[in-house]
Amino acid sequence: MINAVPPAAIFIIGAFLIPLLRGNLKSVYLLLLPVLGFINLLNIPHGMHWSFNFMDYTITFLRVDRLSLVFAYIFHIISFISILYALRLKDDLQHMAAVLYAGAALGVIFAGDFISLFIFWEVMAVTATYLIWARRTKASQSAGLRYFMVHVFGGLCLLSGIVINISNTGSIEFGYLGLNGLGTLLIFIGFGVNCAWPGIHTWLTDAYPESTITGTVFLSAFTTKCAIYALARGFPGTELLIWIGAIMAMFPIFFAVIENDLRRVLSYSLINQVGFMVVGIGIGTQLSINGATAHAFADILFKALLFMAMGAVMHQTGKINATDLGGLYKTMPLTCIFCMVGAASISAFPLFSAFATKSMVMEAVAKEHMSIIWFMLLFASAGVFHHAGIKIPFFAFFSHDSGIRTKEPPLNMLLAMGIAAFLCIFIGVYPTALYSILPYPVDYVPYTAPHVMAQLQLLFFSALAFTLLILSGIYPAEMSAINLDADLIYRKFAAAFLWFCNVPLTAFRNSIQTFSSRSISAIAKFAIDPLIVPELILKGIQLGIYKALASSTGTNPKIEYLEFKFNRLIKMRETGRYYGTDVPRRPVGLGVLISFVLIFFYVLIYMIS
Amino acid sequence: MKEEKKYLFDKPENVQRLLRGFWALLILLLGIDLFISKHPYFHWEEWPEFYAVYGFVACVCLVLASKYILRPIVKRKENYYD
Repeated sequence: MINAVPPAAIFIIGAFLIPLLRGNLKSVYLLLLPVLGFINLLNIPHGMHWSFNFMDYTITFLRVDRLSLVFAYIFHIISFISILYALRLKDDLQHMAAVLYAGAALGVIFAGDFISLFIFWEVMAVTATYLIWARRTKASQSAGLRYFMVHVFGGLCLLSGIVINISNTGSIEFGYLGLNGLGTLLIFIGFGVNCAWPGIHTWLTDAYPESTITGTVFLSAFTTKCAIYALARGFPGTELLIWIGAIMAMFPIFFAVIENDLRRVLSYSLINQVGFMVVGIGIGTQLSINGATAHAFADILFKALLFMAMGAVMHQTGKINATDLGGLYKTMPLTCIFCMVGAASISAFPLFSAFATKSMVMEAVAKEHMSIIWFMLLFASAGVFHHAGIKIPFFAFFSHDSGIRTKEPPLNMLLAMGIAAFLCIFIGVYPTALYSILPYPVDYVPYTAPHVMAQLQLLFFSALAFTLLILSGIYPAEMSAINLDADLIYRKFAAAFLWFCNVPLTAFRNSIQTFSSRSISAIAKFAIDPLIVPELILKGIQLGIYKALASSTGTNPKIEYLEFKFNRLIKMRETGRYYGTDVPRRPVGLGVLISFVLIFFYVLIYMIS
Repeated sequence: MKEEKKYLFDKPENVQRLLRGFWALLILLLGIDLFISKHPYFHWEEWPEFYAVYGFVACVCLVLASKYILRPIVKRKENYYD
């Protein structure tokens, strides 16, 4: 046994002590958790630790190698920053959910087997759902429920894939899988749901903007990056991922341009950035895997920074729609600067983080001579600057003056943004620090004259396009409206399905019910005196014949008598009694009748066969 | 009533200054590009001002496609789902 505990344990056990503490002690405790975790992390040697036998299998809580360590470092850093940002929150449950969520994410990246991976995976889904619900608005309740349903679907895909895979291979070890059958395909899709692949991405853009100000900062860091880790572990070099990633990088930017809710704009750009990582994993070379992990590291920081800046705006003004904001640089200059650092980082300006990380993926694509993918990603690079790099700061802090005069957010929020901004610049200026912890050795140099020049031209001429479109009034005006996305399928079609169940299907059920209850009562009535029916028919025929004869030959006194008997029979059929008495006529009963019919058919079938 | 404080971009001349600086920077970037030796993976990267043209065209296409194609298809009232 080694001299360290699984990092997940510190967070998960630590979370349950939060409600016991009050005031400053709680704040100190919350901040100490990730610090303690980080010190613990530094003591963990490479290898497999904390393994237990469970039935016939070996559960490994701590598989430590360079890939899991990169993610562990950034998860600890971002936990500290997010906890600092949320420090003033007076909601113990939310603090607990956030710390548990971070702990489960650490559990996922250190899980050496499928069973612990799946358990931590599901804990993440539950705690994340709570972080969305914690805003306690109607919109967040329903968005949280949709989030949960989609992740339950993803979790079930993952679980069924795991079960198939275990029965095929006999091992629960989680290592390289590759697409080679139904089991791995289901695992692949399970990871893909959390990775927000195109078509199954809408849980992200639907729910993240509805979460709390602080909750979204946590959410933006963990779920998608755990999926990136899992894909990098299980499916590096899967060619399908290259195309999935390129589409992910492309399509959200169109939605981001016309979106009004600025946190939703950031959610779209989150998918766009994850697309670059997915491409990197799909290529599967050492350079591209390095690029994907490095970009995940950088993305967690700048995306959290942008969400924190927008959260600060929301915290101070209560508004987040571009139509309601503008001119905030006047009263929130620090937040504005931090936001612009985040914007410059996500846009990959030289000296900011993504310049040193995203370019590794671009370089890997170019080295493989994938020209279409390269053009798609270059388009996405220009587009991300356009919507996240310019649109976010421009509409919140500049643009038309909304007349809102507020002040900077509380010190803890400013500090959290400051640390994230510092790290974004630090990685951009001194990428060697990040390169030294990547899974494979790095011999990539980001700062070459042509690369800097190319990137500056790309960005500044995208900015030129934005400027000219704004000045000419062609740029689409911000509107108070929502934009449909793939969640239409489960939001509208699910409602249509419910309507189908409620109206036509219910009517169908009702008609069957009416038909069967009517036929049963008819059978029951028939069964009171079944033999009277042939008697009635015979008497009716007899009466008819007599009447017909009478019309040609003249009146016949017997007709009156026959009519009297016929009417008496009808009365007796209705009551089941002899006419004028209480004595039952031939009470065969329903049971006997049914038995008779069944025996009849039995004999019939017996005779035929 | 007290006059509200004038901020940086409340003065049109400051906005003009910013824009003039921006134009100058663009011209500078176009100029330097001609003197940089490139070692590209794709031959079109060697074309002069390739990245400037691509960035500009990409963003104009992005905005026009979003405004005139995507928005008419997907835009709904804010209470559409309620």
